Amino acid sequence: MRNLIAFPLIALAVIFQSAVISRITLLSGYADLLLILLAGWALQPQVRSAWHWAFVVALFVGYLTKLPWPVTALGYFAVVFVAQMLQRRIWQAPLLAMFTVTFVGTMVMHLLSYAALFVAGSPVPLGDALGFVTLPSLLLNLLFAIPMYTFMRDLARWVYPGEEVE
Amino acid sequence: MKDLFSRSLQTTIIFLIVGGILALALGGFFSSASNQFTGSLVNAQTWISTRVQALQDFFTAPRDIASLRARNAELQAEVSQLQAQVIDLQQRVNETEVLRALVDFSRSNPESTYRAAAVIGRDPSPFLHYVVINRGSNDGIRRGMPVVTNQGLIGRIDAVIADAARVQLITDPAASINVHLQNANTDAVLIGSVTGDVTLDMISQDATVEPGDLILTSGLGGGYPSNLIIGQVVSVRSLDVELFQQAVVQPAVDFARLEIVLVITNFRPVDISPLVPTTP
Repeated sequence: MRNLIAFPLIALAVIFQSAVISRITLLSGYADLLLILLAGWALQPQVRSAWHWAFVVALFVGYLTKLPWPVTALGYFAVVFVAQMLQRRIWQAPLLAMFTVTFVGTMVMHLLSYAALFVAGSPVPLGDALGFVTLPSLLLNLLFAIPMYTFMRDLARWVYPGEEVE
Repeated sequence: MKDLFSRSLQTTIIFLIVGGILALALGGFFSSASNQFTGSLVNAQTWISTRVQALQDFFTAPRDIASLRARNAELQAEVSQLQAQVIDLQQRVNETEVLRALVDFSRSNPESTYRAAAVIGRDPSPFLHYVVINRGSNDGIRRGMPVVTNQGLIGRIDAVIADAARVQLITDPAASINVHLQNANTDAVLIGSVTGDVTLDMISQDATVEPGDLILTSGLGGGYPSNLIIGQVVSVRSLDVELFQQAVVQPAVDFARLEIVLVITNFRPVDISPLVPTTP
C-alpha cells in the first residue's frame, strides 16, 4: 500500500522538474529529475515496483511534454531495464551502478528524443544536440545522482520495511 | 593676657604669610612652582579617575553586554523582516512594471484582444522549447492563438486543457514562421533550433539585408497575425552558390525570463493545408 506514494511523489517531481529544474540550464541542457528518481528507485534491491513507477512517470511526463508518449515511456522503461540488469550484476557498488544507469539512461532518452525529432521532420544537428544539450544534461544528471540515490534508498526502506537486503 | 597677645600675633603672622604667598602667586611669581603642583594634582586625579572608571566598567559592563546583545538580536530580527519586505515589494514592483508594459502594449494595439497568463513551467525535454501557461480552454484559449509580450512574439498555443495551455516558442526546432524584413522589404522564414538560436532562411539573393533590420511577422500562411515584432538581424550569410541568403536573429524577447505573457484571443489561425498542392 505504501507504494502508492509513487503518485504524489512523482507528481511533485514532475512539477518541480517543469517549474524549477527546467529553468536551471547548463548551455541548453538541464537535468532530468524523473530519470534519476526512477534510476535510484529501480536500483534498490528490495524494490519490486520499478516498472509500475516507470509507467506512472511516463504517464505524468507524457501529459506535459510535447514528445510523443511512446518515446518517453520507452525511455523510462529502458532506464528501469538497465537498472535492474545492473543491480543484479554490480549490487556491491550501488553508487557505481547509479552513475552507470544515469549515464546510459540519459543517453538512451536523448537518443530517443533525437530520433523522434528526426522522424517528426525537425532534425537537429548532431553536434549541437550532443554538445549543447546531451553532455550538459548528463553532467547535471550525474550531479543529482548521489543525493537522489540516498533519498530513494531511504524511501525504499520505508516502503518495504523489514525487507532490507544486505 | 600675654598668651592672648602672642596667639593673636601668631595668627596675624600666619595670615600675613599666607596672604603674601597668595598675593605673590596671583602676581605670577610662583608660576613654575604652581604649574608643578597643579600638574601633579592633575596626574593624580587622572590616575585615580582612570582606575575608578575601569572598576566601574568592570562592575557594570556585563549588564550592558547582555542588554546590547538583546538589542542587537532585536535589531537583526527587524532588519531580516525589513529585508523580506523589501524583497516582497521589489517583486511586486517588478510584476507591476511587467503588467504596466503589457497594458501599454495592449492599449497601443487595440485591434487585438488579449488574455494575460503566467508562465508556470517548461517542457521537461531539453530538446523542445515549450512553456506552460496557467490559462486554458476555460479562459477562452484555443489552439493556434499567438502569444506575445510587450517586446514581441514568443510563440503560439500548441495544446490546451481546461486550466492550462502549452505554448510552442519561436525558438523551438520545429517552429517555422513566415516573416517580413521591414527595411529590406522582403519575406523570409524564421526557424528555431535546439540551442534556442533563431535564424532566417529563404531570404532572396536580390534582397539587401543589413544587421539591425527589424523582423516582423508577415501573416502569410495564416498561422500568425501580421506585424508582430520578432527581433533584429544580427548578421547575414550570403553565398553566391546558394539559392537563398541566411541571417542570424536576435529575438526581441528574452526567453530565459518569461513570466507573464499575453494570448491574442481574437485571432484564429487559418488552416491552408487543403490549398497546398500535393504531388501526385
